[in-house]
Amino acid sequence: MTALSLENVNKSFGTVHVLKDIDLTVEEGEFVVFVGPSGCGKSTLLRVIAGLEDATSGTVRIGGDVVNSVPPAKRGIAMVFQSYALYPHLTVKDNMGLGLRQEGADKSVVEAQVAKASAMLDLDSYLTRRPAELSGGQRQRVAIGRAIVRDPKLFLFDEPLSNLDAALRMNTRVEIANLHRTLSASMIYVTHDQIEAMTLADKIVVLRDGRVEQVGSPMELYNNPANRFVASFLGSPAMNFLDRSVPGLAPGRTIGIRPEYLSLSEDGQIAGTVTHVERLGGDTNLLVRTDQDETLTVRLFGQDPTEVGAQVRLGFDPARAFHFNAAQERVTADAA
Amino acid sequence: MNTARRTLGPTIAAHGVMILYTLIALFPVFVIVTNSFKSRRAIFRDPLGLPTSETFSLVGYETVLKQGDFFLYFQNSMIVTVVSLALILIFGAMAAFALAEYRFPGNALMGLYLALGIMIPIRIGTVAILEMMVSTGLVNTLTALILVYTAQGLPLAVFILSAFMKGVSDDLKNAGRIDGLSEYKIFFRLVLPLVRPAMATVAVFNMIPIWNDLWFPLILAPAEEVKTLTLGSQVFIGQFVTDWNAVLSALSMAILPVMVLYVVFSRQLIRGITSGAVK
Ligand SMILES: Nc1ncnc2c1ncn2[C@@H]1O[C@H](COP(=O)(O)OP(=O)(O)OP(=O)(O)O)[C@@H](O)[C@H]1O
Ligand SMILES: [Mg+2]
Repeated sequence: MTALSLENVNKSFGTVHVLKDIDLTVEEGEFVVFVGPSGCGKSTLLRVIAGLEDATSGTVRIGGDVVNSVPPAKRGIAMVFQSYALYPHLTVKDNMGLGLRQEGADKSVVEAQVAKASAMLDLDSYLTRRPAELSGGQRQRVAIGRAIVRDPKLFLFDEPLSNLDAALRMNTRVEIANLHRTLSASMIYVTHDQIEAMTLADKIVVLRDGRVEQVGSPMELYNNPANRFVASFLGSPAMNFLDRSVPGLAPGRTIGIRPEYLSLSEDGQIAGTVTHVERLGGDTNLLVRTDQDETLTVRLFGQDPTEVGAQVRLGFDPARAFHFNAAQERVTADAA
Repeated sequence: MNTARRTLGPTIAAHGVMILYTLIALFPVFVIVTNSFKSRRAIFRDPLGLPTSETFSLVGYETVLKQGDFFLYFQNSMIVTVVSLALILIFGAMAAFALAEYRFPGNALMGLYLALGIMIPIRIGTVAILEMMVSTGLVNTLTALILVYTAQGLPLAVFILSAFMKGVSDDLKNAGRIDGLSEYKIFFRLVLPLVRPAMATVAVFNMIPIWNDLWFPLILAPAEEVKTLTLGSQVFIGQFVTDWNAVLSALSMAILPVMVLYVVFSRQLIRGITSGAVK
């Protein structure tokens, strides 16, 4: 069964057309991540799904039912916000239980659900505190707990980790992945962070300017991007795009090579000078300025002795290179 | 605030200015209160002197309290002020919430219209108001005063509160919607507590002018049983002789309730500010 399906969803604010013909399905138990540059409409799409904004046109189905005119509380969803959005005057316990109590659930049911969620998230010792007395990470766990307690058909996360520091972000990421496994619930997750996208997603939806650019599993998108935008968006360091440095390229064509598929070799096709070296321990990133004046990144595994200023030649496996036409669409290497 | 990093000089200067201002502001109050405890002759001979055992006199208070209506005036003032404030706060907050929260055609225009009253003094409309009150039979009722003061206070209340309400996190309101809170509950339970300092500010700003107003009570409700304290105190100010003891005593007593209200609201103000600081 599909947990969510969107058909031709459009959203305009006045004259600003924010979402354009979005078609999308989320299967039961699937973890779907929306990525895209800032302002592309990720949050707006999430809010349309949640019912916090009405779609200007199109159909939103949750669990098979059309919910276009169903209020947020009755859609069977729960949402976790970037700013936590905990109720400042309620204790952790009441924050988590409020949704169920509003639905008119029995006190014992609410207690049991809150206890279950707080055990899952290690919140037991904070239940009587108010949000102001918690750290950022704890607040975010309470916000997640509040979502779990409602036992929704669909979880919506809007950049839930972006206010946390790096270490905490990693822990919470793992926690969310575990949660997804334990609850086997359908989840939609919005993020800027492509590591979160790659590690958490069953399916990534890449958005640009309110349109879906490509949908697929992380590795599909990584290995087989439909266009230059998707290719450049996923992967860190980002893909290199060259249109002068590679000999024999048809005019108007661009070639894209991921940094890890470039290698130093005596007979490589690309010649250049190393302008910067980043030694990360496990990896070494070289920034190379080619003789044709294009900059590219080379990712070498392990530690490499190359110094700034060195003249290098770079080679790559043509099968690993992507070709793009002038319209930035992906084309096969030999197509004219 | 980081006191260690601030130098002593500016601190002293700042405190000096504030103390000076406090003295200037409190001076008339001080003169009124001290003179209210003095005999009539002492008031004129040495207006700035403190009451001594010779000059001490409670005659003013006796006159005022014997004038049996004083408590009635007091009660009228209290009713008018408290009810007007309550109405200003509740309607002002509701209008401000609608303006800040909902997108509807004419939203900006409506906001402008509601704020217009800040710039136009309501007294310009006195004649029209009086005509309206006469034709609705509200002359010489406290309701008339309450209605006028509510109208007078609303523009600033809407203006200030909507600015504050725009600052309340959208995520919080949306979280409430997802948890099934009605718009009323979101307003009363989530938004109002967060704009409490602004509410207190609005209350303080409106309270004093209402309590002290002489104009509208004189025009709309001059009858004995609906006189406010300020109007009632005028009986001691005659055309030829003024009973200064009584006037000063009445004024001194009139300060008390406003002070109590002020303390209540300013506590809210401080609590609101500190609760915001620890977020
Ligand atoms: N209430 C609104 N009125 C008018 N325009 C809006 C409104 N909300 C969002 N927009 C516009 O819609 C576009 C998409 O906004 P949205 O918040 O969905 O972006 P986003 O992808 O979530 O960005 P970010 O990654 O920065 O959070 C933006 O250009 C924004 O200016
Ligand atoms: Mg967003």
